[in-house]
Amino acid sequence: MSLKAFHVFFLAVSLLMTLGFGVWAIRDYLDAGKQSSLYLGTGSFVVAALLAVYGVWFLKKLRNVSYV
Amino acid sequence: MSDVAIPHDMEPHPLTGMYNGKFGIWLFLASEVMLFGALFSTYVLLRVGAPEGTWPMYGQEITTGNQILNVSLAFVNTLVLITSSVTMVLSWAALKMNNFAKGRMFLFITFALAGVFLVIKFFEYKGKFTHHQVVLKEPLGVDGEKVITSKTDKGERKIAVVNGHAENFGTWEEDGYLLIHSDPTESHDHSHELKIEADKIKRATRWGPNASTFLATYFTLTGLHGIHVIGGMVVILYFVLTGASDWKKRPEKYINRIECTGLYWHFVDLVWIFLFPVLYLL
Repeated sequence: MSLKAFHVFFLAVSLLMTLGFGVWAIRDYLDAGKQSSLYLGTGSFVVAALLAVYGVWFLKKLRNVSYV
Repeated sequence: MSDVAIPHDMEPHPLTGMYNGKFGIWLFLASEVMLFGALFSTYVLLRVGAPEGTWPMYGQEITTGNQILNVSLAFVNTLVLITSSVTMVLSWAALKMNNFAKGRMFLFITFALAGVFLVIKFFEYKGKFTHHQVVLKEPLGVDGEKVITSKTDKGERKIAVVNGHAENFGTWEEDGYLLIHSDPTESHDHSHELKIEADKIKRATRWGPNASTFLATYFTLTGLHGIHVIGGMVVILYFVLTGASDWKKRPEKYINRIECTGLYWHFVDLVWIFLFPVLYLL
C-alpha cells in the first residue's frame, strides 16, 4: 500500500471521527448547555466538510500515482 | 571500488510488490499495531472491571474521561495532527513532481506542527500535575466535597473526595492540614478555600499516573504516543537537513525515504485519531 492509499484511508477515518465528535459535542451542548461544546461541534462539522473537499482535490491531483 | 547495487532498493520486489524500504516499514508498523492494540485492550479490560465510582477518578458519577480531561485542547491537537499528515503527503507529492524546494518546505511544516502538538500536550500534562485529589476517610459534609456510593464485590462503600488545587501539598502531613482550592461545583460557580485536617485524609495525590487507573492508562497511552511523535520529528528533521545532498545524488531514493517516513507519520496520527475518542469522549 502506498502513501497515497494510506492517506486516503487516514482521511476517511478522520472524516468519520470529526463527524462523530461533532455529534458528541452538539449532544453535550443540548444536555449540559455548555457553550464551548456548541463551538467545538460546529467547528468539527466545518473540519469534516473541509476534509471532504480536500479529499476530492487530493484524489484528482494524484490520479496518476499508484495505490500500491 | 565501485558501488554495489542493492536489489529492489528502489524498484518493487516481485514477491512483495514493493521496494525493500516500504516492505520494512510495513512490517514495523504491523509490530506497532500489536503494541498499541495490546494497550487498547488493556484499557478496555481495566475500564470494564473498574468498580462503580472509581472511573475515571474516585468520586465521579459520570464515567467518561471528559469529566477530568481538556477536550478542547485535545480537539485542537487532533486538528494539528491531521494537518501535519496533509503537509506530509503534500511534501511527498511535491517531490514526485520534481519540486524539491516545495517538498522540503512541506516537510519542515510537518516538523513544526509536530512541535505544536507537543507544546499543547505539555500544557495539558501540566494542568493535570498541578491538580490534586483528596480522598477522605469519611464524608465531612463540606462544600466542594463529592460523595458517591461505590458498589464492589465486597459490598457498598461511600467515597468522599475533594478535587482542586492544593497549596501545601508537599507538607500537609507536617502542617497537620491540607489547604485546597476546590473545583467549582453545581452550587458554586467558583473555587473556594477548604482547610482539611490531616487525620481526616485517607489519601492526597496529584492528578498524575498514580491518581487513578484511568490516569495511569491515559499517561501510558498518550506518553507512548508522544514518544512516537518525537521519534518522527527526529527522522523528519534529519531529512529536512540532509535532503539537498540526497536529492542531488539519488532523487528516487530520497522520494522513497519520504514515503516511508510519511507512512510512519500517518500511523502515528491514526493512533491519535483512535486515542482521542477512546480517552476523552467515551
